[in-house]
Amino acid sequence: MVPLSWYIVLSAIVFSIGMFGFLVRRNLIIIFLSIELMLNAVNISLVAFSHYLQSINGQILVFFVITVAAAEAAIGLAILIAFYRNKPTVEADEINLLKG
Amino acid sequence: MSVPQFFFGYFAVMLIGLSIMVVTRKNPVHSVILMLVLFVHIAGVYLFLNAEFLAAIQIIIYAGAILVMFLFVIMLLDLKKEVTERRFLKPWPLGLVVAGTFMVFITAVLGKLTVFPEPGKYSIDRIQAEGMMMTIGKVLYTEYLLPFEIASLILLVAIIGAIVLAKKRLE
Repeated sequence: MVPLSWYIVLSAIVFSIGMFGFLVRRNLIIIFLSIELMLNAVNISLVAFSHYLQSINGQILVFFVITVAAAEAAIGLAILIAFYRNKPTVEADEINLLKG
Repeated sequence: MSVPQFFFGYFAVMLIGLSIMVVTRKNPVHSVILMLVLFVHIAGVYLFLNAEFLAAIQIIIYAGAILVMFLFVIMLLDLKKEVTERRFLKPWPLGLVVAGTFMVFITAVLGKLTVFPEPGKYSIDRIQAEGMMMTIGKVLYTEYLLPFEIASLILLVAIIGAIVLAKKRLE
């Protein structure tokens, strides 16, 4: 039997790795991938709680998180394309069009 | 070490290793392909936790829709210059320290977690008797009806927003 805390620790580690990628990467596409990674880490912990507490609510919440993640990825990538038309780069530190 | 613990170890090693590789690859296409493998493993963890509906959703929506969208965007953009330059921002050790501190604290706090009070009514036997889809559908369309409708509104906003943002300006 695998204890609940193992799943939570696994989820925390994956979340931290996603946080690291979000903080330090220059490529905006990989920053979006890091956000997806963090959302998935939270999903793992929600499903683990749902299983160990024998409640279905965690799985419903994961369903909604996946919905929001899909919407977020669509909007984010659309903004990326719209920006690329103004300045052809996807590097986070070169996006400075509003700087005086 | 029992068999479930062995499988959990396999999934844990693969998840951590693959996520480290996803955030450190130079070429975004490689990152997306590794992310695909990662999502399949997360679906495996869901199966392990008796959430077969979510495992299917994970494969269909994440691997089938979101990652394909990422690949399309990468192929639309011309990223030859970016893959030869440095991959991290200048103050990247600071980010490593922040994320590492977060990880140490949260694992120290949550590592001792155990299951508390009395379990709820959705035991494995009941879900098996009723069927996974039936159980989730009943809860989703009664207790969570309003959030479900709001989710459809969010998706509508995302559709319209993505089209408006990404289409060319008409003169």
